[in-house]
Amino acid sequence: MPGQGETEEDHEQQKSKKPADTAFKQQRLPAWQPIITANTALPVFLIIGLTFIPIGIVLVITSERVLEHDIDYTDTNCMSTTAANTTCAQALENANYTGQTCTCRINFALDKSFDGDVYFYYGLINYYQNHRRYVRSRDDNQLLGKEGAAASECQPFQKNSTGSGKDYAPCGAIANSKFNDTLSLLYGSENVSVTNVGIAWSTDKAVKFKNPDNASNYFTSTHDKPPNWKVTAWELDESTSENNGYQNEDFIVWMRTAAMPTFRKLYRKLLRNSTFQNGLPKGDYTLVVTYNYPVTSFAGRKQFIISTTSWMGGKNPFLGWSYIAVGIVCMITFVVFFILHKTWKINNPFTYQMASIQNNQRITTT
Amino acid sequence: MKKLPCFKKKKVEEDTRKIKANDPTANATKEYAGNEISTSKYNLITFLPKNLFEQFRRLANAYFLFLLCLQLIPQISSLAPITTILPLVFVLALTAIKDASDDIARHRSDRQVNNREIKTVVGKEFVTRKWKDINVGDIVQLTNNQFLTADIVLISTSEPNGLCFIETAELDGETNLKVRQALEETGEIGEDIEKLSSFDAEIEYEAPNNNLSRFEGNLIWNNKTLPLKNDNVLLRGTRLRNTQWAFGIVCYAGPDTKLMKNSGKATFKRTQIDHLLNQIIIGIVCFLLVMCAIMTICCGFWESFFGYDYRRYLPWEKYVSKDQKIGALEQSLLVFLSYIIILNTVVPISLYVSVEFIRLLQSKWIDWDIQMFYEPKKVPAQARTTTLNEELGQVEYIFSDKTGTLTQNIMTFNKCSIRGKLYGYATDEAGNEIQDSEKLKSIEFEEKDEEFRWYDEKLIDAIKNNEEDEHNFFTLLSLCHTVMPEEKDGKIIYQAQSPDENALVSAARSFGFVFDSRTQNSITIRVQDKEETYDLLNILDFNNDRKRMSIIVKKDGKIVLYCKGADSKIKERLDSSETDVMAQTDEHLNKFASDGLRTLCLAWKDLDEGEYNKWAEVLNKANTSMENREERVNDAYEEIEKNLKLLGATGIEDKLQDGVPQCIERLSRAGIKIWVLTGDKVATAYNIGLSCRLLTSDMEINFIEEEDENEVEKKLEKVRNDMIDKVEQLFAVKITDRRQRLDWKDWGIDVMKFDQHRKNYNYNNSGQTQDKNDPISSLPTTENGSSPQDREQFEGFGLLITGQALVHALSDKLKMRFLELGTMCKAVVCCRVTPLQKAQVVELVMQNEKKITLAIGDGANDVSMIQKAHIGVGISGEEGRQAVLASDFCFGQFCFLERLLLVHGRWSYLRISKFLRYFFYKNFAFTLCHFWFGFFSGFSAQTIYDPFFVATYNVFFSSLPVLALGVFDQDVSADQSMRKPHLYGPGQNNEFFNKKIFAESVIHGILTSCIIFFVAYLSVSNSTRSNGITQADLQSFAFMVATIMVIVVNLENALETWYWPSLYHLVLWGTIVVHFVFHFILYSPFIIKIFKRNYHYVGVAQSVLSNEHFWFTLLLTCAILLLPIFCREFFRMRFMPNKTDRARLNRKYRMDEKAAFVEHIKQRLGRVKRPILSGYAFSQQEGWGPLITSGRMQSKAASRRRPPAQINNINSPTTTDNDLSQIQDSTDDHLLKNEKDSSETTIPSKFVPNVEPTNRKPSTNATKETDPLLSSINNKP
Repeated sequence: MPGQGETEEDHEQQKSKKPADTAFKQQRLPAWQPIITANTALPVFLIIGLTFIPIGIVLVITSERVLEHDIDYTDTNCMSTTAANTTCAQALENANYTGQTCTCRINFALDKSFDGDVYFYYGLINYYQNHRRYVRSRDDNQLLGKEGAAASECQPFQKNSTGSGKDYAPCGAIANSKFNDTLSLLYGSENVSVTNVGIAWSTDKAVKFKNPDNASNYFTSTHDKPPNWKVTAWELDESTSENNGYQNEDFIVWMRTAAMPTFRKLYRKLLRNSTFQNGLPKGDYTLVVTYNYPVTSFAGRKQFIISTTSWMGGKNPFLGWSYIAVGIVCMITFVVFFILHKTWKINNPFTYQMASIQNNQRITTT
Repeated sequence: MKKLPCFKKKKVEEDTRKIKANDPTANATKEYAGNEISTSKYNLITFLPKNLFEQFRRLANAYFLFLLCLQLIPQISSLAPITTILPLVFVLALTAIKDASDDIARHRSDRQVNNREIKTVVGKEFVTRKWKDINVGDIVQLTNNQFLTADIVLISTSEPNGLCFIETAELDGETNLKVRQALEETGEIGEDIEKLSSFDAEIEYEAPNNNLSRFEGNLIWNNKTLPLKNDNVLLRGTRLRNTQWAFGIVCYAGPDTKLMKNSGKATFKRTQIDHLLNQIIIGIVCFLLVMCAIMTICCGFWESFFGYDYRRYLPWEKYVSKDQKIGALEQSLLVFLSYIIILNTVVPISLYVSVEFIRLLQSKWIDWDIQMFYEPKKVPAQARTTTLNEELGQVEYIFSDKTGTLTQNIMTFNKCSIRGKLYGYATDEAGNEIQDSEKLKSIEFEEKDEEFRWYDEKLIDAIKNNEEDEHNFFTLLSLCHTVMPEEKDGKIIYQAQSPDENALVSAARSFGFVFDSRTQNSITIRVQDKEETYDLLNILDFNNDRKRMSIIVKKDGKIVLYCKGADSKIKERLDSSETDVMAQTDEHLNKFASDGLRTLCLAWKDLDEGEYNKWAEVLNKANTSMENREERVNDAYEEIEKNLKLLGATGIEDKLQDGVPQCIERLSRAGIKIWVLTGDKVATAYNIGLSCRLLTSDMEINFIEEEDENEVEKKLEKVRNDMIDKVEQLFAVKITDRRQRLDWKDWGIDVMKFDQHRKNYNYNNSGQTQDKNDPISSLPTTENGSSPQDREQFEGFGLLITGQALVHALSDKLKMRFLELGTMCKAVVCCRVTPLQKAQVVELVMQNEKKITLAIGDGANDVSMIQKAHIGVGISGEEGRQAVLASDFCFGQFCFLERLLLVHGRWSYLRISKFLRYFFYKNFAFTLCHFWFGFFSGFSAQTIYDPFFVATYNVFFSSLPVLALGVFDQDVSADQSMRKPHLYGPGQNNEFFNKKIFAESVIHGILTSCIIFFVAYLSVSNSTRSNGITQADLQSFAFMVATIMVIVVNLENALETWYWPSLYHLVLWGTIVVHFVFHFILYSPFIIKIFKRNYHYVGVAQSVLSNEHFWFTLLLTCAILLLPIFCREFFRMRFMPNKTDRARLNRKYRMDEKAAFVEHIKQRLGRVKRPILSGYAFSQQEGWGPLITSGRMQSKAASRRRPPAQINNINSPTTTDNDLSQIQDSTDDHLLKNEKDSSETTIPSKFVPNVEPTNRKPSTNATKETDPLLSSINNKP
């Protein structure tokens, strides 16, 4: 409806409304108008090519310098020391996973000495820590040491509904499935000294995981241990008392779920003393496995990994080679464009005629 | 508000109304609506539910509500509901705020209007009441300059004879005064309160309707039944003028008034892109379902083969069957819904809101454009519809009215023919016509009139000699009209309905026949200072069907009918004895028409008393009949308007508006076909067509003037064959199948490129003379018999068709043939068409051509076509504002159309296309990562991102730069857009956004997501940091992918953007910075401290950003994703630039080279004058004379420098008067020689000598030290 509420003055004013002559309103704002011309494009390709290739080479070399030794101990590698001709995996299966432990010893040799800091990992393959239902199944507030019932997300590991009726501490599928093989390494007959402190994120340890007040009571009497666990959370590390409960670093590392179904998690760090001052010397080693963690039923694999690091971390040739590849492609592009640019003249004033000749031919022939 | 609209009583369908004056109780029982109006939609209580309801009626919002519901089910919720709530609430809130503020404004204005006061007659006194308390049947007093309270039947007024004047600007926009008149009988009541309070008439009238120009009813008073007509009624929304007071009875109140019945319900136009978008959205939804189905199937397999065994660590939910197969099936079906939730972002929620926002701002650019502000009338351009902007960039057909649109609609009386004598042509002593108006001295009249010029003394002499015919002629002009005189500063000013009338009456005044005053029953004129008063018996008013008006007057007992109207109408009604005079007059009419004048015929006849009285009775009966009143009245009119005697004809000059020829020329070079639909004669239209350069002498113009269907058919066939022959001959094409529909494209001829063709030819010739080694020196011509000269001069086809032929051409049988011919033509002119035919023509093209049409007009007769076409443009001209009110865009001058289309339309289309292209890309890139991740997470619908990021990505981390792109981006400046009309082409062909482009952007998005995901995956999975800690945990990976996503997507936007004002920099870099800051804060330990809640992502930002792997991956991903785009852009720009690219390059180099070039030109100016002077001799066409004299070309110096090779285009317009600025403007054309299709089109280039191929050498000097690309372009043969 034409605004009948307007007074005459409004009306007049509206009619004489002359737009303001500002750069903004007239769309004349000063602006940078980049155009990709040979002057900009060719240097870009050149520079990217010239920088990416060296970066790639450095990354590849760095990655190559990192030493890594993987031992898959899922089945045949790990023969039970107690039962003959039985892998530990079978032993567990035969016992129907009722909490038996199996021990195996795996001998291997390191051809080179692993100098510097050495890290020990356990790796899992085909293990879905990133499944939606798995990821969800935890109670972060419980892990913060807060009182209160475990969150319903923890279902079906929220509370011990068949027995005591107490909440699990920690609750949820993630905590319940915590990796519980024990891996230790012998150099000849000497125990390789390792530490389990400093393997988790510092923020996790400092902020996200807190034991509740009166922790021993909390973990041992008011709450139940998760069904798969052999010990309560308060007994995870018997040697270091503050490395227990929710603040146990092995536990914290496990709780930081992996993004992919193939992953590794930091297990121990080499404690560099006496024999191992400079890292792991080359020679024969024995891996002693206390095999608790069944994965064969779903075709999972378990690995023990020994690795050094560089400034770029562990072994990963992908980045380096990618950089080299991109760099080379850029150089090729540069060369091709450079040649084209110097030789190619745009000539299309006659495109019209050319097109019409072609068209004529097409029409007359059909 | 007392009544809520939804609780309103259901109204019984009314047939007629009957009210009684001064009887409120009786009237109240009828329960007619009161006068309170409410235009608001909501009140405080209803706002929330109603507004939400309205909003959820939109499909997009409903869709997201549905998703929200899904997310609330914990079993399938793969995402926290916040991710949908946040954007949805954002969108809903924005819309709600806008609606609310609109509604508050409406409430306020309603309240103001409802509380206005007015005096009413209650009992025996005047009582002041508020408007809202007025009821039907009340008698109200109106005062001068007051808006009308309701629709009112007039009783009496302060003016003699119950006349009153109203201004209907608010109603139909017309600012001229209109007369309304009280019934003679009631008019006597005056302002006598006694009489008013005892006035007890009954009024019977029709039920409320929306017809503004009709009112039928009867007033029964003192046992007399008096007919009430539209003349007796004042409508709400109008304003009383020049009348001290008036009394009336309220007949329709509040919502029943014609004003309210007419408001709202505008037809909602949607653009092509809207339709395409809907299809695309449906396509995306299908795509979404397919993706979900894939995941479902995969999930089923996964769960049954792996998940079943994996239950040790991840037990199945309790509600899922324990059976392996069934359980897996159930799991997978649930996952289907879960995936719908997380993949829904491919259907972008913010798309519609963003598009609306962008269009709104784009409309603002139009409103704000100072170059479309029409200074003389202070009219800014206005985008009345904010949703059609991009379609302005795609127009292919313009349907234009002529009068008032192409022409100024300022009419001046120019020529006349009186009983076979021709007046108005000035002759010199020898009797030859004098063409040059400068040499003429116009005759000074006593009554001065600015516009009026008259050169012919013969007519003055004839009047002085009291020749009867001439006398009669001007008497008619001063009597037969509906003009209102108004005194202003002692001068009489005429208020006319149409400018033609004004011109005629003013001319009569100049010749001494002064129309002085009129009353209801009389007209007073002064003939040579002698006052004469005529009794006015009847006015047989003008309308579009009758195309004539008559007046019956009585003087000294003699009754005379004067009639004026369109020549065809008058011709039919002449007495048979008039054939000779008519033949002569016909000749004169043709002469007028070929001068581009509008013609009217005048006729008269004496009536004897008896005959008249008999007829008056018939008319009275017709007038009082309740049914078919109009028809019967028309029949009565028809009966008396016959056997007329011809008096003569008038020729009225209708001046072209400023810049119309230039505008039309450039529009047609932009590939827009212009159809002019006019009511004028063929010859008039033809001449106007020539003068506004719609038609040119080098065009092949066909006329279709037949009146019989068979002949029209034959003619159409003939024209078709002629066209085929012509095309075959000129273009050496063999059209094998003559039956097939003609189409330029089939023959590989770009129909709008004849100019270019010609240019190439010129270029070629000159190229040969200069460079003997030119490899392409022979044109593919002569062997086919067509000479290049012919082809060079051919400018395309034109078609003229008359209204009568059009009747047949628009019939079902012939319309496709007509359309075929029409589309072959560059210009079509339809003469003598009715408003209905205008709409039919528009419809014909719209329905069968699938092209965007635009109708432009200024008058009420254009409303139908304005509403029909895709885009309606109204000119706020002389003829009122009805066209404006029906239009989507309006402005003051036709030539602004050029800017509207070539600048705003083109930019809008470019922007919205880029916006959509990019929008789909970014959403696919974002969402598909979930899909890839599904293959690694057991198809469990685990999101790859932080839920907060999912919620905010579209709103905060990718929206602003793309909005800036949609609002600010431009390829070339407005000036260049205007100077290079060919840049308009891509819009017409939908080149910037179509299904192919959409598919490309989707694929681009999918590839992007793929690369972002897998590069990140490969670079971090299984790798560790230097401190041994692994880095491929879910949260770090999520943050890494999200950050790379934001950066890549925004940089991609930067590559798309061509125009970076500082605001864009702010928004682009701001978005990236905000991403980091936001996440750093969100993931910092403070959050736990503040909210006392733990959050998965605490510490992630710090950890990821401190990791070298992340930065190397980011750099690598950017390189992999952006370099190919960069490369493609560069390749196109350098090796196969399209039109837009060329223009952009131009612009760039213009900046760089301007200064140097101007220097260079200055040096050369002195040297090159000579050869150019000789250019004049080669000119084969008309010279510069008319251009110079018309003042269009003010720069003499410039014209002297015109080079020889450019003769073809000498008609090209220019208005610049500063040489130097022209040179500067033209430098860009100079700098890119190969931009053939533009360099000629811009006029200034003609004035630059070395733009021409013949003078090429010097120009390269100026550009030596530039970009290699540039020089390579310049050095091209």
